[in-house]
Amino acid sequence: MVGREGGRRLIMAADAAALAAGLRVGMTAAKTQALVSNLLIEDLRPDEDRRELDRLALWFLGNYAPIVAVDPPDGIVIETTGADHLHGNETLMLTGMINRLRAMGFAARAAIADSRGASHALARYRADPFLVISEGGTPAAVLDLPIAALRLEAGLVASLRTLGFERIRELEATPRAPLALRFGPEIGRRLDQILCRAVEPIDPIRPSEVIEVRRAFAEPISAAETIARYVGKLVKAICGLLEERGLGVRRLDLLCHRVDSGVQVVRAGTAKPVRDVQRLTRLLCDRIDTIDPGFGIEILVLSASRAEPLDAVQSVSSLIEESVADVSGLVDVIANRGHRIYRIAAVESDVPERSFMLVPPLAEDDEVGWPMHWPRPSRLFLQPEPIQCIAPLPDHPPVRFTWRGIRHVVKRADGPERVFGEWWKRDKELVAVRDYFSVENAAGERFWIYRQGDGEHADSGSGSWFIQGMFG
Amino acid sequence: MQNRAPNVGIEELRERIESLGGSGLRKREVLPFGIASIDRHLPGGGLALGALHEVAGGGNGALDGAAAALFVAGIAARIHGKILWCLTRRDLFMPGLVQAGLSHNRVLMVESLDEKGVLDCFEEGLRCGGLGAVVGEVARMTMTSSRRLQLAAETTGVTGIAIRRWRRQSEASDYGHPTAAVTRWRISVVPSEPLPVPGIGRPRWYLELLRCRAAESADYVVEACDAQGRLGLSADLANRSPSQDAWAASANR
Repeated sequence: MVGREGGRRLIMAADAAALAAGLRVGMTAAKTQALVSNLLIEDLRPDEDRRELDRLALWFLGNYAPIVAVDPPDGIVIETTGADHLHGNETLMLTGMINRLRAMGFAARAAIADSRGASHALARYRADPFLVISEGGTPAAVLDLPIAALRLEAGLVASLRTLGFERIRELEATPRAPLALRFGPEIGRRLDQILCRAVEPIDPIRPSEVIEVRRAFAEPISAAETIARYVGKLVKAICGLLEERGLGVRRLDLLCHRVDSGVQVVRAGTAKPVRDVQRLTRLLCDRIDTIDPGFGIEILVLSASRAEPLDAVQSVSSLIEESVADVSGLVDVIANRGHRIYRIAAVESDVPERSFMLVPPLAEDDEVGWPMHWPRPSRLFLQPEPIQCIAPLPDHPPVRFTWRGIRHVVKRADGPERVFGEWWKRDKELVAVRDYFSVENAAGERFWIYRQGDGEHADSGSGSWFIQGMFG
Repeated sequence: MQNRAPNVGIEELRERIESLGGSGLRKREVLPFGIASIDRHLPGGGLALGALHEVAGGGNGALDGAAAALFVAGIAARIHGKILWCLTRRDLFMPGLVQAGLSHNRVLMVESLDEKGVLDCFEEGLRCGGLGAVVGEVARMTMTSSRRLQLAAETTGVTGIAIRRWRRQSEASDYGHPTAAVTRWRISVVPSEPLPVPGIGRPRWYLELLRCRAAESADYVVEACDAQGRLGLSADLANRSPSQDAWAASANR
């Protein structure tokens, strides 16, 4: 990407391949063309970048957290407090985020820290590609970063460098007054922000036409019971609004604006569109203990950030039809407490670890199922464990094997069941073969073991043995 | 097995104790195993529904819980309604459970980060009431937590089954500690029935009823669950193995 700065055409951004070829941001376009032949150069289009960034921010708002802001030219700020539990934990959320972005074609780096400034700096200078700083560890993590990480103007950074400042630590150790006298208050402000000494509000983007209700209090509230009571009232109000539009919520955000301008968030998701006051109140009240009211909450905002049409359904009235108990309430409660809830559906694959997939708990019934003519173990190891095995070639079951240092003598065995590699997935699997045996030892324990390869052709597999499951 | 007919007085007393104990609000339903010797032994003629049961594997099964999972799947398969299965380790292989009769469409899996989460979901599932049974894989279960689960199961009538599964063999001695569960089972694998040809016959289990409220402990050798989740009586125990029957049939002909 090439942009214009003054009269010169400079490289503004480059992809990984270009960086590997020796190009750097800030080079002139003419020089790069001299360095690398047939280089693809495109003009920088800042407006389109900005529009794309806005769209991405909306995507984050819909998928991750209720407070999201754009940080042009290339950043997005997310307040993850109160939203990470829906994805397991902070690390899982970040890795998931990066993987999903990668699937969309973005190279992303992300960091979570205590302050906006620190996350901004760490994502750009330390994250590879993600970094989670535990609570309270932020100052130690940022002190060794270069001063460019402070979000100062380029000119300011250059003049600080001239004076010999390289790291934030050095700047932090310098008396504040002379710095402010010479460079203005900006440095001190940024330092305070990165070291969590000053609050930095995030100005969140709000999608239009979102259904929300708010309640401002004359006196700030902080007791859990009071919050719960007002949450109940807000839920009732929002359910009224939803009913007018024929909608049900899939995701509900409770934003608690504190008197010290901080915002605390509780987010609750549901598996199906819901408009039930009691259920929604319970989901939100379940997490009230995660709200830190500080000096008090002055405004409560409840918004249905994702709503879907909810039609009235007639309940079973005939005597023949059996009513199926609705478990979606339970699913919501469990999912909002941070547990993963899912069902397992069959995938048409003979390779055991690929023969199933996780589907949402309320997905349609899976009609496919697995073939039943071979016995299958009840426990499958996610990672097959190598075993040492003595077996006559080419296709006899093993005579004895050693697993986790214990020798098992095989008394009875069944097999082989031959599983061929899935050549349409990977070239390597074109000739790959696994021979599965179920074996029983003297004590009656039954194992599911396999040999990599057919025992005759070296290219079908190495011939080493693995244990993959336990029969009951 | 002794005949229970002369113990009418004891049965009567038992019923009176039940009605005093609060759990007698609802007529206790049971799920028979379909094996006369086990059903005769259990109070009410089967596994009590709306109660908490504990199952663990014996020997190495205490760590892998493979046989215990199948035994539980067989029970769950015969209970009507959805099954909530709470665990921390994702190593349950659904095709294996389907072969024990439990359809994968009926099982909701909950994966928690720790045991506390499993117990939390376990209790939540029992309290919900819309499910058929709730299964939880836990290592530690205290008297308090099991009491909570048992009470929740009693109120809603949902059956709770705790699969006790430990990380180390040394921790398995925990199974001796008392809990509020109604029954406590231990499933150990024993060599399968010998076949006249090479291969593995139908798996067999040594089923120990270690503790049972209002009944004595007992042990059985049974054949593992079939495709409908039913246990079978071990052939040599019943003293009428298929081969002998075939022999008798051919002799009569």
